[in-house]
Amino acid sequence: MSTVDIDAKIPNNVDLAGDRRLQRALEAWQPKFVRWWEDLGPSAFKRNEVYLRTAIDVGRDGWANFDHVEMPDYRWGIFLAEQEPDRTIAFGDHKGEAAWQEVPGEYRSDLQRLIVVQGDTEPASVEQQRHLSLTAPSLYDMRNLFQVNVEEGRHLWAMVYLLHRYFGRDGREEADEMLERHSGDDDNPRILGAFNEETPDWLSFFMFTYFTDRDGKYQLASLRESAFDPLSRTCDFMLKEEAHHMFVGASGVGRVVQRTLELMLEHDTDDVHPYGGINLDLLQKYINFHFSVSADLFGAETSTNAANYYAAGIKGRFQEEKRDDDHQLKTAYRNVPLWEDGQIGEREVTQLSALNETLRDDYIEDCQKGLDRWNRMLADAGANELRLPHTGFHRDVGTFRDTHVSPDGRAISEDEWNANVDAWLPTADDRSHVQSLQVGVNEPGKMAGWLAPPSRGIHQKPIDYDYVKV
Amino acid sequence: MTEPDIDFATDPDDYRHWQLDVDGPVATLQMQVDPHGGIRGDYELKTNSYDLGVDIELHDIVQRLRFEHPGVKTVVLTGGLDKIFCAGANIQMLAGASHGHKVNFCKFTNETRNAIEDASANSRQVWIAAVNGTAAGGGYELALACDEIHLVDDRSSAVSLPEIPLLAVLPGTGGLTRVVEKRRVRRDLADAFSTRNEGVRGQTAVDWGLVDGIAPASAFEAHIAHRCEIRGAESDRPDTAGITLAPLQRTIEEDTIRYGTLSVDIARNTNAATFTLAAPTTTQPTDGAGLHASGPDSWLLQAARELDDAILHLRFNETEVGTWVFRTTGDPDAVLSAEAPLHDDADHWLVREIRLLWARTLKRLDVSARSLVTLIEPGSAFAGLLAELVLVADRSFMLDGTWEDLDDPPEPATVRLSAANLGLVPMSNGLTRLATRFWGRDDALAAATSTIDTDLDAAAAAAVELVTFTPDDLDWDDEIRLMLEERNSFSPDALTGMEANYRFVGPETLETKIFSRLSAWQNWIFQRPNAVGPEGALQRFGTGSRPNFDKRRV
Repeated sequence: MSTVDIDAKIPNNVDLAGDRRLQRALEAWQPKFVRWWEDLGPSAFKRNEVYLRTAIDVGRDGWANFDHVEMPDYRWGIFLAEQEPDRTIAFGDHKGEAAWQEVPGEYRSDLQRLIVVQGDTEPASVEQQRHLSLTAPSLYDMRNLFQVNVEEGRHLWAMVYLLHRYFGRDGREEADEMLERHSGDDDNPRILGAFNEETPDWLSFFMFTYFTDRDGKYQLASLRESAFDPLSRTCDFMLKEEAHHMFVGASGVGRVVQRTLELMLEHDTDDVHPYGGINLDLLQKYINFHFSVSADLFGAETSTNAANYYAAGIKGRFQEEKRDDDHQLKTAYRNVPLWEDGQIGEREVTQLSALNETLRDDYIEDCQKGLDRWNRMLADAGANELRLPHTGFHRDVGTFRDTHVSPDGRAISEDEWNANVDAWLPTADDRSHVQSLQVGVNEPGKMAGWLAPPSRGIHQKPIDYDYVKV
Repeated sequence: MTEPDIDFATDPDDYRHWQLDVDGPVATLQMQVDPHGGIRGDYELKTNSYDLGVDIELHDIVQRLRFEHPGVKTVVLTGGLDKIFCAGANIQMLAGASHGHKVNFCKFTNETRNAIEDASANSRQVWIAAVNGTAAGGGYELALACDEIHLVDDRSSAVSLPEIPLLAVLPGTGGLTRVVEKRRVRRDLADAFSTRNEGVRGQTAVDWGLVDGIAPASAFEAHIAHRCEIRGAESDRPDTAGITLAPLQRTIEEDTIRYGTLSVDIARNTNAATFTLAAPTTTQPTDGAGLHASGPDSWLLQAARELDDAILHLRFNETEVGTWVFRTTGDPDAVLSAEAPLHDDADHWLVREIRLLWARTLKRLDVSARSLVTLIEPGSAFAGLLAELVLVADRSFMLDGTWEDLDDPPEPATVRLSAANLGLVPMSNGLTRLATRFWGRDDALAAATSTIDTDLDAAAAAAVELVTFTPDDLDWDDEIRLMLEERNSFSPDALTGMEANYRFVGPETLETKIFSRLSAWQNWIFQRPNAVGPEGALQRFGTGSRPNFDKRRV
């Protein structure tokens, strides 16, 4: 392949044309990726033209190029944010030293593991969402789904690039295995539990992009601080794209809230199910579910792995450099939740050992912002507000595992839990109601009845634009 | 150019502690340690006690007796001081030495004792200890390394291992092991012997098996001469002129050591030393006579001596350089031609000596507390003897293919086994490195062995499990860099322990037991307060204060 061909086929700013090793590695991997996309990517509308954003450069004009494209022809590219000259390490034992441009042998296995875990989530979500296009509530939403999917695919490429470029043969094998593990596959499951659950409906999709993709945002943001500069720059660029995924979730849930309020006013009732809407209490249950499983993704309250990663400089905190402390955290303390004798308490630990909890706190604060927005709409209509459940509610990781905590943060008995769980988490009936609303709407500008149209279209296009040519 | 802190090169003209007299087939080696000749100035080498400097001379003597004196069939080792054979390692020296130095010191002295046994057993140059005075601790261990021990029966001279009662450590050069494994002293008597600081004298020493014979002072010389006559008659060593082991030509700089056939380059960032051994570039002798005529200048002898010196130098003077990387350059066929006398003229005395020197040198690598890595690249010469460097490694990397980016890419690398890998240079466990590698896997051993005399490319070498990993040119640099950096990040102690566990697969021998027990027990005891703490026995020795032991058994 000529230089021009390579760069046209795989847009990049990593001098792919001049890197024979990378070319060869990607030449072997790319067909596997294409096959994976065919087999486990979107199951419908595969060959329709979709109005997608393609990154062809990292500059202001380059990273958001919009055009109609068939997804298999999408140009998955490899982009790192511009290199910051003379960047130094901002935290940990190597603070102040020059950032690493190559992987130090000492941290090879830790870095590789972090990249593999992050990378594994990217194709996983595509697999989880593969059937959703059949029931897309509008072409606008279908397009957003596909945009999220191709960008998750590109994020996989980004991680694969790091593995191929910096981790030798081991890295290539790991890159292959990311296509060999499949979401929900009993024998070869995805690494993280939350990524083995199917995304069964569009409400779940919006919740997933709001809550679970937001975990990804925080993981990427802490990896952006990494002393390993190529990882830092990769994550920096991925975060730009991830922002759109957050938008899909936040606006999606917001449109459901808006539609529900419309139906509540129109029919003067809280129970809009008979009118094809989604009740607020059902919405609250979905929030409870998705928030709690996403909170698990941050890990246990205290973690020696996280402390080691931080001390080594390979994974920092969210906005590490904006924090005003010693960036070593060995002598700074904080409280973390502790389940003790059937009660919710606290204990004091070093900040270094509580990095998971700190990142989860930042995440929860961010999650709350969306709820505040939705609640303003609800308040205007005089409806009850939506709430994030207590951090101890329905947790499977950390101190609250195997405990019973109510959404409002009370330690409760198993009996009380069993008596109320159907009011707190989606039931089979709830899910089948949501399922019953899932009908594909494929006419430009038309919306399914359970959610409101967006306030505006994509890239200054009208809402009735043919985002997917059907 | 700099002088190393500890130099293993010496010469008979420079000996300070030994007197060697060669009289036809009998050499007499008198130990007469210069009390003021210690390597450090903070102790006196009284009563024929020794430090590393004394042992470096002994090592040199053992070597020269074999190469320079083929006619010597027996070596009488005796004391040159009144009533004293040897008092063992100097205690003040040990008390003031770092732990690392003590261990290195013990390892080297053990290797020299093993070389003495190797001389008796394989060079047919039989060492006889004429213990003409007290032999205490390391002194008796020195005698134990000889093939026979004869003790003067003068009512006062004794052999003893007083380390436990006096110093709270163990004999450091294989004493305990040799007492029961080599001399077959009954274990309860050995226990009694090793806890009695005055030792055992006269007939009791014979009865317990601690010595082979005794004689009164007046008859001692004749007794020894008689033994020499008997043992000498069994020896096949020829009455011929030897070769002179001329000083090695060596340049030592900050990060480089250059010899004729070998260079060592040290990378401080990864604490790795790369040994690059060059295959012969000139026509080499084809038989023993030819080697004899070449003196010290044949590749076969020079390369072994240089490698041996480099190993010792790095062990003592570059203790933080934890990884040794082996590369070779040149024509593999030239290596095979050079080693031809080992196969074709194996019984020639000098051929035998050179082979045994290679065996000892490679064994030094086996017991070196360093990570050993071998890199097989185009232009290398890993054939026959040099293929042992692949087998010696904890890990090996062989380039699959060639350097594609070069304008004129070289031929891909090969590895070739020869008969040299099938028993000429066994490990201390008595097995070849090949058999050790495939211990308990006869099929794998047979498969590897069947490739003898065949050039193996990376795929073929990997197929018969001779190499660990076979990256191609695109991965090579990163794989090697990451491996070296990662190795450098691990605990040196843990690596040493792991490597030693994996290197010595298969049966135990006297030698493997000596090294493993030194590593395990002695190193442990050397770290314990009962020996080295402020109230420990090594610190209190000679102060008049008794040690204060922590009585808890561990």
